[in-house]
Amino acid sequence: MSIDMSQFYQAFFEEAEELLAQAEHLLLDLNLESPDPEDLNAIFRAAHSIKGGAATFGMTDMAEITHVLENLLDKIRKNEMALTADHVDVFLAAKDVLNSQLEGHRSGTEVDRSIEEAVKERLKDFYEGQATPKVSENKVEETSEREKPVDKVSPETSSQPKVKETLIHNYRVEIAKLNDKDSVNLQEELGLLGEVSHKRLQNGNVEYLVKTEDDPETIITICTFIVEPEDITITEAKDASSAKVEAVNTMNLETFYVVVESLDEKDIANMKSELAILGEVAYSRLPNGSHEFSLKTSDGQAEIISICSFIVAPEKLKISNTSTDESRAKKEDKPSTNYIEEDGFGLFEPLPEPVNSSSEPLKSESVKEAKEDGLQEGSKDKMPAEVKTNQEVIPAKTEVVPPAKAAVTAKKETEKAGSNNENTSIRVGIEKVDQLINLVGELVITQAMIEQRVSKLDPIQNEDLVNSIGQLTRNTRDLQEAVMSIRMMPMDYVFSRFPRMVRDLANKLNKKVEFVTNGAATELDKGLIERIIDPLTHLVRNSIDHGIEIPEKRKESGKSEVGRLALSASSRGGNIVIEVSDDGAGLNRERILSKARQNGLPVNENMTDNEVWQLIFAPGFSTAEVVTDVSGRGVGMDVVKRNVSAMGGSIDIRSAPGYGTTMSISLPLTLAILDGMSISLGASIYVVPLNLIVETMQPKMEDIKTVTGEGLMINVRGEYLPIIPLYALFNQDTEIMHPTEGVLVILEAEGKKAALFVDGLVGQQQVVIKSLETNFKKIQGVSGATIMGDGSVALILDVPAIIKMGQNNSQGVYQ
Amino acid sequence: MAKTILAVDDSGSLRQMVAFSLTAAGYQVVQAVDGVDGLNKAKGQTVDLVLTDQNMPNMDGLTLIKNLRGLGTYQKVPILMLTTESSDEMKAKGKAAGANGWLVKPFDPKRLIDVVQKVIGQ
Repeated sequence: MSIDMSQFYQAFFEEAEELLAQAEHLLLDLNLESPDPEDLNAIFRAAHSIKGGAATFGMTDMAEITHVLENLLDKIRKNEMALTADHVDVFLAAKDVLNSQLEGHRSGTEVDRSIEEAVKERLKDFYEGQATPKVSENKVEETSEREKPVDKVSPETSSQPKVKETLIHNYRVEIAKLNDKDSVNLQEELGLLGEVSHKRLQNGNVEYLVKTEDDPETIITICTFIVEPEDITITEAKDASSAKVEAVNTMNLETFYVVVESLDEKDIANMKSELAILGEVAYSRLPNGSHEFSLKTSDGQAEIISICSFIVAPEKLKISNTSTDESRAKKEDKPSTNYIEEDGFGLFEPLPEPVNSSSEPLKSESVKEAKEDGLQEGSKDKMPAEVKTNQEVIPAKTEVVPPAKAAVTAKKETEKAGSNNENTSIRVGIEKVDQLINLVGELVITQAMIEQRVSKLDPIQNEDLVNSIGQLTRNTRDLQEAVMSIRMMPMDYVFSRFPRMVRDLANKLNKKVEFVTNGAATELDKGLIERIIDPLTHLVRNSIDHGIEIPEKRKESGKSEVGRLALSASSRGGNIVIEVSDDGAGLNRERILSKARQNGLPVNENMTDNEVWQLIFAPGFSTAEVVTDVSGRGVGMDVVKRNVSAMGGSIDIRSAPGYGTTMSISLPLTLAILDGMSISLGASIYVVPLNLIVETMQPKMEDIKTVTGEGLMINVRGEYLPIIPLYALFNQDTEIMHPTEGVLVILEAEGKKAALFVDGLVGQQQVVIKSLETNFKKIQGVSGATIMGDGSVALILDVPAIIKMGQNNSQGVYQ
Repeated sequence: MAKTILAVDDSGSLRQMVAFSLTAAGYQVVQAVDGVDGLNKAKGQTVDLVLTDQNMPNMDGLTLIKNLRGLGTYQKVPILMLTTESSDEMKAKGKAAGANGWLVKPFDPKRLIDVVQKVIGQ
């Protein structure tokens, strides 16, 4: 049967990605002085799991790097090596390499192998180099005490065997049909790869034991200079020590078969362990019921007898050089211990359950007997008692372990939840969700239409209908919210990529930064969440580069050396507010102003701080004295602002010199629906986004002032705001020409406030945004359109644009 | 009746691969995400074979095997360890814990099925 492995790739990719992210997260949180062993274990396990998967699915590059990573991690988690910041750095680098390899496999693109090799080398260096002191200490002592003192035990040499165990493979190369001359030649050739020993086996073949870093392919390539490929058999020896044992003993190894007629289970085990002292042991039950131990040893019969005599009387032993079991004899030249082994698979015998009884009479018999033994041993009254105690013990055990590690339990729960998700979630194309949202939008419009029609009916006569419509309204709203929530994703999706970036940047700039996030669970529309990443990245960079000072400077100003950078998200009304705040130097008003003058921007000393801060969003604006490679090239803040505006959001700055800066991005929850206030102007209805309205008022005559060059102003509790008459902006006819006759809607966007003069307020409602650009064309001051309950089209005002237009128009229109 | 196999591995992709391969070979597969889950699932039913990973969160493979062997109903059920470590030390530990055998990762589906058939038959 052939199974297409590629069908599991996707699952592996996702899993590996998750594990990598998890490992990175843990690495960033690691306390270097006293790392939590559970965390180290978890990181180790992540590497281990990826290695297992990568190897299974044939992604050898990933398997290789996780292998060295795992070795190093293992050493650290076993406290054989102290964790250092350098370790964390190289682990993170390895994580990046793995990520790119993963991406490479996923999309079939090329991966930069040079970085890969560099990281692998660094991991190896750490593994070898840093392991040295500890290992060498012990070794030096041992050697000096037990053996002849060796003067020049350099750390490198003494640690070498340990290193070789993991990095160097031991291969057993068996070559058929090889004459003596060629065998010497081949020995020389293979010597190029590493340590080689060779001997001639009893069957005439020549066996080489090769210790090398190279792979079997290289060995084959080398061998083919002298012999035919089909005559070569390569197996990997288990580890250095076993290979060594073999290398030493193979010259005069002999296989003995020790047969004992009757033995109980305990003595079988004893025999095995005793005989294992002499060499490799294999046990089998012969068809006649007697027990056979085959022993590969360099010792003679006498030793075997003396060792066995602890267990079995010597006269009961039958020792010979030939096996009674023919099939076993055939397999003899394969190394075997006390289990049946094929490459990569083995069984400890005997199996407790009957196996293929028809084909293997030998095994089934032995199993049967084993079963009988089991019954005899645990005779009727003993057996249940045993089971009982076990059952009592086990639940207690499982209960005790988890509470002792509360953190682990919690983790497990999330993991479990994760695995449950696998089964309870479905993947749906985003276009299907969008279609659903669109349809619900239409439904909302239709529902509003019905509601409006019904509101014209007599509520007493049509009480039932009115109630039902009320019900429909609620249902529609619930449905709409439910549908919208499909597209919602937690901000964590964005936040989670910052800790690493902050760490790397801070290191690069030699700053100390503590990074905290709040409100990662706040949800935002998927479309918005993806588009907010770039602007946020830019702001975070700016904060670290320009905001947070270098530790010395912070100390001078009496602040903690470690700067604090906070990313937070919260839901305010219908908006999501995302803030990047630092406790750095704050924005420098003077420098911004002078820079603005240089750039020819219209500025004056009387501008409010807020207005000054807004200047940094001008294209090409940068106050950074030094352009670093992190930020400060002057491209950026205007792009940030443009991106945020394109999302229907706004960005505000709060800053105090010496105390830091907070950049606050306010975004609509979703792009599709908007809470709006409908206002009237002449015969038309316009919609103003509710979140941008501060208040509405009917002004008194005495509060309205005319300021030369600024047009009409309104005094709102001491604050003078420009009045922007909407009819003048849109050049529309209306009978209401003076603010006292109409309504002023106080708007605030991008740090600026203005009073929009309209005829009146109509009502507040949710509207479904339809793009005017795609259906018609872009109109200045209008961000979109919507269909009202009565079926008419209303334009949605673009508030920031209106405020700007008002400023430009004030002189010409309203003197 | 199809024989039931309990597959315990914290790696979803490997579990999926094991489950898929064995299901395709006609076995019924119960999956568990770690030792604790495996033990719970094992208590809820009897299976014909347990395949378990060694390195897992919450409860590792060796502990799981020890616990399973402590259950009356699992004293004789074959248990194989799926492990990346094939050192003699690991084998000795596995044996001491009560495993019946091991299979070294990586393995391909065919190999897995071969081994399983060898242990519990078709």
